[in-house]
Amino acid sequence: MKRHLISAGDLTKDDALLILDTAEELARVSERSIKKLPTLRGRTVVNLFFEDSTRTRISFEAAAKRLSADVINFSAKGSSVSKGESLKDTALTLEAMGADAVVIRHSASGAPHRLATWVRGSVVNAGDGTHEHPTQALLDAFSMRRRLGSLEGRKVTIVGDVLHSRVARSNVLLLNTLGAEVTLVAPPTLLPVSVGTWPCEVSYDLDAVLPKSDAVMMLRVQKERMNAAYFPSEREYSRRYGLDRERFAKMPDEAIVMHPGPMNRGMEIAAEVADSARSTIVEQVANGVTIRMAVLYLLLGGETA
Amino acid sequence: MIIRNVRILGGEPADIRIEDGAIAEIGPNLPGESVVDGAGAIALPGLVDLHTHLREPGREDAETVQTGTQSAARGGYTAVHAMANTSPVADTAGVVEQVWRLGREFAHCDVHPVGAVTVGLEGKQLAELGAMADSAARVRVFSDDGKCVDDAVLMRRALEYVKAFDGVVAQHAQEPRLTAGAQMNEGVVSGRLGLTGWPAVAEEAIIARDCLLAAHVGSRLHVCHVSTAGSVEIIRWAKSKGWNVTAEVTPHHLLLTDDLVEESPVGAYNPIYKVNPPLRTRADVEALRAALADGTIDIVATDHAPHPVEDKETEWSAAAMGMVGLETALSVVQEAMVETGLLDWAGVAQRMSVVPARIGRLGGQGQPLDVGAPANITLYDPSARTKVDPSAFASKSRNTPYEGMTLPGRVVATFLRGRPTVLEGKLV
Repeated sequence: MKRHLISAGDLTKDDALLILDTAEELARVSERSIKKLPTLRGRTVVNLFFEDSTRTRISFEAAAKRLSADVINFSAKGSSVSKGESLKDTALTLEAMGADAVVIRHSASGAPHRLATWVRGSVVNAGDGTHEHPTQALLDAFSMRRRLGSLEGRKVTIVGDVLHSRVARSNVLLLNTLGAEVTLVAPPTLLPVSVGTWPCEVSYDLDAVLPKSDAVMMLRVQKERMNAAYFPSEREYSRRYGLDRERFAKMPDEAIVMHPGPMNRGMEIAAEVADSARSTIVEQVANGVTIRMAVLYLLLGGETA
Repeated sequence: MIIRNVRILGGEPADIRIEDGAIAEIGPNLPGESVVDGAGAIALPGLVDLHTHLREPGREDAETVQTGTQSAARGGYTAVHAMANTSPVADTAGVVEQVWRLGREFAHCDVHPVGAVTVGLEGKQLAELGAMADSAARVRVFSDDGKCVDDAVLMRRALEYVKAFDGVVAQHAQEPRLTAGAQMNEGVVSGRLGLTGWPAVAEEAIIARDCLLAAHVGSRLHVCHVSTAGSVEIIRWAKSKGWNVTAEVTPHHLLLTDDLVEESPVGAYNPIYKVNPPLRTRADVEALRAALADGTIDIVATDHAPHPVEDKETEWSAAAMGMVGLETALSVVQEAMVETGLLDWAGVAQRMSVVPARIGRLGGQGQPLDVGAPANITLYDPSARTKVDPSAFASKSRNTPYEGMTLPGRVVATFLRGRPTVLEGKLV
């Protein structure tokens, strides 16, 4: 594996399977009453969050703590960053503190790439702008594998704002690596103009794709997009691309429904679909901790004696 | 004073005698005191840049008139046009005269200020174009560069108004609504990198509109830094109609492509490649080279855009747009156009000296190296190979995309009206 996890495209098939298999083993730890492992004792993991994301930060924090790492949470709000400190100076500060890994969430696409040129520790991308969110894709793959078995040849449909979605980018890359067949469904305004060069299929017709899907992943659609004319109204979006009960019925009986959260219930997904037994949405959260443990373990664990 | 053994436009070796700032005699083995041994270098008419950012007044931390013109001289330039997006904006006779006087004072090359088209570059009200034209700076080129004059009525009026003093409007063609938040060329790479796309159509739509406006009012339009194959097609069409449209291309758009944002020796998302207009695709580069060769694009202009280190050592979206270019321009043009057989040295002289001087209406610049012409001369050794070292630049800024690259050629000497500003590659 590479030293950093910045893009899902950095992972070979063997890397990805190693992470998923390691997570499977670590999941057993989470089922014990004492959930802590001594693996990363004495190592420092910094959570560097320039964007508010309590869910993702807590997930990484729990993962690092269960591996006994020291965790420093660095949030941009109320810190020197809000006083105009540059990303580079923040990076050099963390470097001086001896961070072994930096988990970064940033609103600018590519911020983790820049960070990786300024620090010696491993950089883990916890979401950069509209680029990628590789641990989300890993936890999605982990969740799918637990429900569906191997992903080889499985048909995964990703629906929604692909253009602005870091989750979609990472998922397309990782699922392709793992041998799944991905179809993106969105209004044409919410797809990159170059989407034809991506390793996936593209459709504008959700109803046509649903009956052939093993997993359907609904992406969060921000209501603000409507103001930039990406779609006319919430109602129209929901009618054409929302997963309501009737559409849910068109899916094969074993097919699962996923969502990276936070959801807009009633917009991209109906409440009864989100809460159904075939929804993995709550599992995804639990699996997030497990997969992040596996990533930190594999990036940092190898160096301890 | 005699410059010995130079090859004018790459021709046969000859000597040049200079008297009173002009070329007095050209021929083999001229008698007299030899000041400079050209050692077989190519002699070109002193280069003229139609698009330079000198940053003074306002951003003296990035560049000053002094350092910018030193950088120009090192690059073989004897005249530069200083863009108007300074602070305060060069939208009054006072500011353009200040920049013009600073240029005269340091005298590394001639400085011709460009006047803003609109007050404060805000695109709302015409600046006092006539006052700037009548000032000591004698402004003939007007541009809101960095911003597009996107209001069609305002653009029409500007084009009409400058006819009174033979001015030209140099348009930064960028439809603002199509490029809100844009970060890089919209295409395969931007889609993968999750960076907001900067579509080619945002440039092309404005160029098409402006060509039609220039034709309608019978004025002169100059298109800044053309970057797409589609723009080339539109300009070719406008020229075929006989309309008075000229265009420039930057050295970096002749050499670099948008894949560098994803993969380069300096890492992904490195803002050293962030520039406006953005780097485009290989197909665009090929179209731009062909257009420069066949005359559809008239000239090379550097868009020398200095920025301090801290404005580039950031995440991509926070970084400033632009690259320095004066000291590498001729080498990049040699690499992209001469080594590829698309241009000879006479063609380079046309596109980097003669025609830019004509567009800017500079009488004493861009003259062919003939007896009687002002002795604005650049000596260039095309056989040299130089690894680009930004720390050696005369420019105050270091934001070059060519760091570490080996480029052909080296400016040996520059003469401004007979007076050397650069000798043996060093400032005089």
